Amino acid sequence: MAKKNRKIASRGYRAFRVCNVIIMILLMVVILVPILSVVVNSFVSAAEIARRGVFILWPEEIDIGSYQYLWECRGNILRAYGNTLFRTVVGTALSLIVTAMMAYSLSKKYLKGRVVINGMVFFTMLFGGGLIPTYMVVKMFGLIDSLWSMVIPGMVSAWNMFIMRNFFYSIPESLEEAALIDGANQAQIMIRVTLPLSKAVLATIGLFYAVGHWNSWFDAMLYINTSTKLPMQNILRNIINSVSDLEALGSEQFELMDVKPASTSLRCAVIVITATPIIVVYPFVQKYFVKGVMIGSVKG
Amino acid sequence: MTSSALDKRSSLRVRKGPLFYLKRDWLLYLLLLPGVAYFILFKYLPIFGIIISFQNYKPFFGVSGIFTSEWFGLYWFRRFMSSYYFWRLMRNTFLLSFYSLLWSFPSAILLALLINELQNKHFKKLVQTISYLPHFLSIVIIAGIIRSLLSTDGGLFNTIIVLFGGQPIYFLGAPQYFRTIYVVSGVWQSIGWNTIIYLAAIAGVDGSLYEAAELDGAGVFRKMWHVTLPGILPVISLQLILNVGNLLNVGYEKVLLLYNDAILETADVIGTYVYREGLQNQSYSYSTAVGLFTSVLAMVMVLGSNAICKRLGQEGIW
Repeated sequence: MAKKNRKIASRGYRAFRVCNVIIMILLMVVILVPILSVVVNSFVSAAEIARRGVFILWPEEIDIGSYQYLWECRGNILRAYGNTLFRTVVGTALSLIVTAMMAYSLSKKYLKGRVVINGMVFFTMLFGGGLIPTYMVVKMFGLIDSLWSMVIPGMVSAWNMFIMRNFFYSIPESLEEAALIDGANQAQIMIRVTLPLSKAVLATIGLFYAVGHWNSWFDAMLYINTSTKLPMQNILRNIINSVSDLEALGSEQFELMDVKPASTSLRCAVIVITATPIIVVYPFVQKYFVKGVMIGSVKG
Repeated sequence: MTSSALDKRSSLRVRKGPLFYLKRDWLLYLLLLPGVAYFILFKYLPIFGIIISFQNYKPFFGVSGIFTSEWFGLYWFRRFMSSYYFWRLMRNTFLLSFYSLLWSFPSAILLALLINELQNKHFKKLVQTISYLPHFLSIVIIAGIIRSLLSTDGGLFNTIIVLFGGQPIYFLGAPQYFRTIYVVSGVWQSIGWNTIIYLAAIAGVDGSLYEAAELDGAGVFRKMWHVTLPGILPVISLQLILNVGNLLNVGYEKVLLLYNDAILETADVIGTYVYREGLQNQSYSYSTAVGLFTSVLAMVMVLGSNAICKRLGQEGIW
């Protein structure tokens, strides 16, 4: 009897496993099809879309007209990528250095005043000045329409700082004391002892900042008026919006790109060239992000 | 400096003045300086700037106008609360978050349970890698994908509608579709990523409990229901409460990228309204008042949800 029960259970279990794999495959299809359809659409000519009038999963002929058009205005694209690269490289470096310095100091429990500063940083996670007051401050410092407006106003994330501080807590104090006896000062200890032991958290937080910079657009929309200073994400946004006639967000227009209304395939081509770098590096950075989520979910 | 380790201990007994600590730890304070300066200048100065919401401040006054503007008391708050937009904005903001939570939250737990049951390590890794991918795409790209899928000239959904003999629909121009578009695309983007925390919690469930359940003849679903779910319940309840606390902090960047005048009825949320009133209509004081009203409400909700966490014996986020 018992044997029979187990047999039924295992048959049921096998059925479950098969269903589970099918569900997972469906999930992957649902996630990938929208992305693939954009890639495919970027290779379909406007004429073919008009003729077939349907969503095309397999084009009759591959048309690289959109990419040729983008190649013609590569000056703008490359400049936009340059701006994105600037904010990603300079912004990440600056954020990481300032965050690490701050987190290191605050991880020293004997530092007087750390409680006050902790509280001050923590409060900003709950409450902030909001859009307009922040805009006024950025303007006051003369950052409007400067590339630095994408780097400085969001320099330190309180969340990342606390993650890093908590990591520094876990480094044994005895290591530091040994270095103290050898005559090292606190800055030397940070550079020679603490940071080499913290490569994992530095990589994780650095990547948080870097992907954040690469993907962000809102600050550039707020603070940057000159279209030649816009990063790639904003160019993409302007092109996508240029075709939707109902759109009334005419706050900034990118002159060159708006010369001809972007066709479906051109829009898709711009999405592809904007998304490609992140999709290429994604498999390599994924594990650091997962690690970051784990660290962050532990009580801060 | 060699003596500072010793000083640290002796200071427990003898009280020293601030100058002593400044001298001893000056390097640490120096390291702290740029970060503290950043928080004061770019976080606390804007908080000070909130006073314009109690004034009749105009952009052309410049920064010094903050000190000379006429005081308006609670005028802007009263104006917002009695305006036609007030309930519409509150309803839209709340419903977008609420529906997102309603769908995103259980679906991520369910997916985590299913991923956990996958036996083949490589297949499991593949599922995780692909399902995490949309999380890394920028919101602008997501909006672009949504627009291209929904477009009337060759978009996926309209193609299916046409195949079944229907008329193409301009989805982004009809208010009744916006919430669905927002919520479904949100689930699409975040379902995989949200499983990470649950998968970590599941990995921490005691393996002997599964063996015991198996001996009692529990099948895969019974094990999920009676072992896995109770095992990760603390994580689930913590996540739920935190998400409820964040209901008012709706991601308005996506709304800003997708909405248009035709669908403000369902798409306009507080964040987008603050943006339009502030930077497009240049009503600095009014916009700041609306923002302040929401921040205070949101902060109360987050603090409240954290207090509930602690009351329930959870650790809370702080």
